[in-house]
Amino acid sequence: MTVQQISFYQTGTFTVGNRLLDEAQRTVQATVARANSLTSGHRACQGCGEALGARYAMDAAMHATQRQMVVVNATGCLEVFSTPYPETSWQVPWIHSLFGNAPAVATGVAAALRVKGRQDVRVVAQGGDGGTTDIGFGCLSGMFERNDDVLYICYDNEAYMNTGVQRSSATPPAARTATTPAMGDAPGNQFGQGKFLPEIAMAHRIPYVATASVADLRDLEAKVEEAIHLRGARYIHVMVPCPLGWGAASHDTIRLARLASECGLFPIFEARNGEVADVRKIRHRVPVEDFLKPQKRFAHLFDPEPDTRRIALIQAHADRNIQRYALLP
Amino acid sequence: MDKPFAITLDPGSSLANRTGSWRTLRPAYSDHLPPCNNACPTGENIQAWLYHAESGRYEDAWRALVRDNPMPAVTGRVCYHPCENACNRGRLDESVSIHAVERFLGDEAIAKGWTFEPPPQRSGKRVLVVGAGPSGLAAAYHLARFGHEVEIREAGPMAGGMMRFGIPKYRLPREVLDAEVRRIEALGVTIRLNAKVDSLLKARDEGGFDAAFVAVGAHLSKRAWVPAGEAARIMDALSVLRGVEMGEKPLLGRRVLVYGGGNTAIDVARTARRLGAEEAVIIYRRTRDRMPAHDSEVQEALDEGVMFRWLSTIKMGTDSAAGETFTIEKMALDDTGFPQPTGEFETIEADSLVLALGQEVDLSLLDDVKGLTLHNGVVKVDAHMMTDCPGIFAGGDMVPSERTVTVALGHGKKAARYIDAWLRGTRVEDTPKHSLASFERLNPWYYTDAPRTVQAELERARRESSFDEVVSGLNADNALFEARRCLSCGNCFECDNCYGVCPDNAVIKLGPGKRFSINLDYCKGCGLCAEECPCGAIDMVPESI
Repeated sequence: MTVQQISFYQTGTFTVGNRLLDEAQRTVQATVARANSLTSGHRACQGCGEALGARYAMDAAMHATQRQMVVVNATGCLEVFSTPYPETSWQVPWIHSLFGNAPAVATGVAAALRVKGRQDVRVVAQGGDGGTTDIGFGCLSGMFERNDDVLYICYDNEAYMNTGVQRSSATPPAARTATTPAMGDAPGNQFGQGKFLPEIAMAHRIPYVATASVADLRDLEAKVEEAIHLRGARYIHVMVPCPLGWGAASHDTIRLARLASECGLFPIFEARNGEVADVRKIRHRVPVEDFLKPQKRFAHLFDPEPDTRRIALIQAHADRNIQRYALLP
Repeated sequence: MDKPFAITLDPGSSLANRTGSWRTLRPAYSDHLPPCNNACPTGENIQAWLYHAESGRYEDAWRALVRDNPMPAVTGRVCYHPCENACNRGRLDESVSIHAVERFLGDEAIAKGWTFEPPPQRSGKRVLVVGAGPSGLAAAYHLARFGHEVEIREAGPMAGGMMRFGIPKYRLPREVLDAEVRRIEALGVTIRLNAKVDSLLKARDEGGFDAAFVAVGAHLSKRAWVPAGEAARIMDALSVLRGVEMGEKPLLGRRVLVYGGGNTAIDVARTARRLGAEEAVIIYRRTRDRMPAHDSEVQEALDEGVMFRWLSTIKMGTDSAAGETFTIEKMALDDTGFPQPTGEFETIEADSLVLALGQEVDLSLLDDVKGLTLHNGVVKVDAHMMTDCPGIFAGGDMVPSERTVTVALGHGKKAARYIDAWLRGTRVEDTPKHSLASFERLNPWYYTDAPRTVQAELERARRESSFDEVVSGLNADNALFEARRCLSCGNCFECDNCYGVCPDNAVIKLGPGKRFSINLDYCKGCGLCAEECPCGAIDMVPESI
């Protein structure tokens, strides 16, 4: 990975910081000088993974660009909870236009900067999985295909959480949402092809594609820093659990993100020009049940009796990821 | 309303939203009692000194350590480290090698010549301490730090008590012991050697002492009746060990039997090997798992070729033309685990038999002290280490307790606190203990896998031929590594995790050494900080309405 393991401390690189580290080795999140791009008073739910992921990513980007950047934000939870007109939590130059056109607006901002000869100002676009994998997908694919000079960050909480937890194309199979209720022969979301956008982004052969998670801050920060310094279209897909939509305890957000990766369902890797370049190995492998059980959206897989067939299908999916990305140490 | 159409609010920051009002639980930073500290007989604040050692501040670490225990180079070698048995890291991989770091700090202090800080002021009170063993030395040290004048009277020719006459050199080199004793003397403690106290009250009154602490140690070997011929060479373990310490070479012969199952039996058998015995055989009535000797020592003895005969007792010794023989009876454990004779006998030849059956205390110096309660040959003390006679305190082997160096050091510390209060006419304020930092409080995910540092051991050939120290210490690098394996159970070590994982920027970082506080205007009470705290230093407490 892009993250260097620190020689050795009590907690290695797993915690946000460490009193024993030099300032230069600390994460952006550990410093009091962080931008707090998404500041206090926002209206995200308790324990919101997206608020956390967005601050991590934007603070790292602010740090890496020396605060010379423009952020374009798609509609979605992130925009709604942070910017109910006329107030905002953003402490970055920030534009919001429509749900589906963030990649296109970002492309326009990049073009305008190019015309003005501003090489120093970088463009970052961000959105949830609905605005990215569904509604904005056409714009995003175009942005990739033209290799526009934009870093796009998707915060994936696996459904349209803002409008009441409706299924998105990133919703995993068997998950209960408002539009895929837990009833009938096969309750929850159907088992389909699914849409794992990082692999579609890779198919565009853009310079940089990565996945990250709020459970591994150093990795996420390092990937944002890496991506900011490249030119062309870049894409980072961040796993951000949603306590409300997933039906999980607010204090379990990071634990669930960690379990998603440790069971293999959410592989953490980076790819350059369409080829996988590096993966973050699983540290303590767990069965998918460990990830599914704490979430009410999967409760019907365990109650009244375990749905072993569909749990096995989810496990098989995790196993395929583990094999495909060589996730075991 | 001088605002554009449909606008009622000024543009502004979300900081105006006090989202803390959503909260039903609030995070509270707290300190919990780490299991190592809880288990330490001298009450060392182990986690506190490891915290300093983690950043390489070894002198600070040593100073934090000697607040409770003045002899870390000794205990780092001979303590059976109950702290490590309690260490939460043992549930993760292996417990932190606390004793090895302690020993490193102790050795570092000797090498660098670190000395104790002198007491701030003198109290004008005088205390008599009888016995220069671990308990007496510790009491003297703590009393001197409280500002009292202390005189130790020691019957033997050298200070150290059982640390010198009971523990062989290969476990505790004498220069280490001497250095730590000298440092206590340098604090102003007077040690009078060859000054046996025959009557405590007389010594106290003649010397004009205001209080006395008695810790004379258990120097009398228990005897067992072994019928034997005139020439049968039967000795007791303490005289053998004492003889070696005094430079004698006890004539044990080529084949030595040791009867007993405690640490002293092991010490004698290992000493016999070093004195040239080709065979040293420990005869014990029960099985290894029921042996009171500590496992590490049993293992080291086995490594050195000491042999064991389990489930056996010595019945008789005779001397014949061929040499001496001893009759051994086989034993069997009954349902309660008590050994019972089987009537099966065996004869083995040996040049000598050493009895290591336990020790007793010579209490004759207390004969004229009226009203003492004795129990099983030791003196009863109250929770303040005071005997039934006011102003006379006791500790170490002569009070009911486990007989180890560290327990004795702990008695000395505890007694000193109460003697000080007694002399000043005050009460010791017992601060309530924090609740225990159990493994369940931790978030073990965050701790890096790191194997315990192994201490090198002397190779077998050199162990059998010399009294050189068997186990080596750590160096500055691996002591640092080992200190950093500490999980800091229940106490914040500033990993910044709470600061980083708060989705609401509601954790305030107060700067190095000052930890964190919560901005309750914005804390929504999600509990992520508490859940993701590696060491369990945050509690979620209900909000009162």
